[in-house]
Amino acid sequence: MEPKKKTVHGIIAWITCLLMLASIYGIFIYSPMEKVMREVQKIFYVHVGVAWNAALAFLVVLVASIMYLRTKDLKWDRLGLASGEIGVLFTTLVLVTGPIWGKSAWNTWWTWEPRLTSTLVLWFIYLAYFLVRGAVAETHRKATLSAVFGIIGFCNIPIVYFSIHLWRLSHPVVFGPSGGGLHPMMLHALIMTVFAFTFLYLYLMQKALYIENSRQELESIKSALRERLD
Amino acid sequence: MIFRQAWHIFWKDLLMEWRSKQTISSMLIFAIMVVVVFAFAFQPTRELTKAVFPGMVWVAFVFSGILGLNRAFVSEKQQDCLMGLIMAPLDRSSIYFGKVLGTVFLMGFIELVALPLFFIFFDYRVQGSLLLLVLVIFLGTLGFATVGTFLAALAANARSSELLLPLILFPILVPVLIASVKATGIVLTGGEIKELMSWIRVLGVYDLIFMIVPFLLFEYVLEV
Repeated sequence: MEPKKKTVHGIIAWITCLLMLASIYGIFIYSPMEKVMREVQKIFYVHVGVAWNAALAFLVVLVASIMYLRTKDLKWDRLGLASGEIGVLFTTLVLVTGPIWGKSAWNTWWTWEPRLTSTLVLWFIYLAYFLVRGAVAETHRKATLSAVFGIIGFCNIPIVYFSIHLWRLSHPVVFGPSGGGLHPMMLHALIMTVFAFTFLYLYLMQKALYIENSRQELESIKSALRERLD
Repeated sequence: MIFRQAWHIFWKDLLMEWRSKQTISSMLIFAIMVVVVFAFAFQPTRELTKAVFPGMVWVAFVFSGILGLNRAFVSEKQQDCLMGLIMAPLDRSSIYFGKVLGTVFLMGFIELVALPLFFIFFDYRVQGSLLLLVLVIFLGTLGFATVGTFLAALAANARSSELLLPLILFPILVPVLIASVKATGIVLTGGEIKELMSWIRVLGVYDLIFMIVPFLLFEYVLEV
């Protein structure tokens, strides 16, 4: 790795590490205990932190997809790939942490509530994004098709949310406490956690991009060698 | 101009289908088999079965529709027909609209046969208006065809497109499935017209969005 890049990676790694420690402090010591749910409520901070960043990651996929189709520059494709991978990881975490909170707040692991259901569909859409990538071998073709699917998938999310919202309208679900009545100290911890996970996203992104770029470089070295030996 | 070209593409596909009858026969047999499988899986005479009836109908339509979509572009791959279409003096999007038209036609035919069979086998009595039912089914089918045709073109580039298509299509189809099943249920039981309108609106918006977005992006799917 070039020394300058290495420093940037190091700086982001350290910031992520410090923010994570601070957010753990904020979650477990600084913020007050929730009256009804007690310790279980603590997972809420992590849940919102990853959920927010999953949305960010998919937005980056959309932007990268549009930019790739416009410029045909493979660096946008690698950005979309890296961001999509982290987005799927974070969405998986959302789907894991959500039910843990829901079991305690709503007394059920899963309800077919709009936000939950949309998140599940979102997860499927971006798994499909990777299926598209996996099914096509040629680099530029893979980049184009996955970019097209990245755009289609993102366009679909608002309609999915709206239709599921309408679907569940006739069966009202009683909501647990969320967002609205948050204690200010809880809010501080929440904001800290969101920032920590945003930096984790940046850190993972750097690494993923670096790996992809190295892979690309290796490929070109290999093909150059092959040409020389033939 | 574009509609005329799309019409020609549609006509060509129809003629091909008329000569081989390969796709439509397998779609039809599949749809009828789904009806029978559902009759085995759920007691046809029970009241509970009436409640899931719209869902069964749409599962049959969508699954047999996927069979048709799989053929829409893969058949063009033989003898480099797709290359011929791309090189022909056509607007590229007319290929897309022609194929959408073909899918809607094939599915419409299947629905025309399978739906009465569903009614007969499950002894189902329609309480709402048939005209509204046709409208709902048309809008649902159109939504399925617009997204399905586009993703079929996308999947045709892949090595195992038959495997890929259902997996990438269903997450995108979620709004159509929900809206079609709900709207069909309301029409069949003669439910509230106001509730029905909101579902029809969802279908309309979906159809519109997924006709415009593929129209803009179709060029990229073909060019590779």
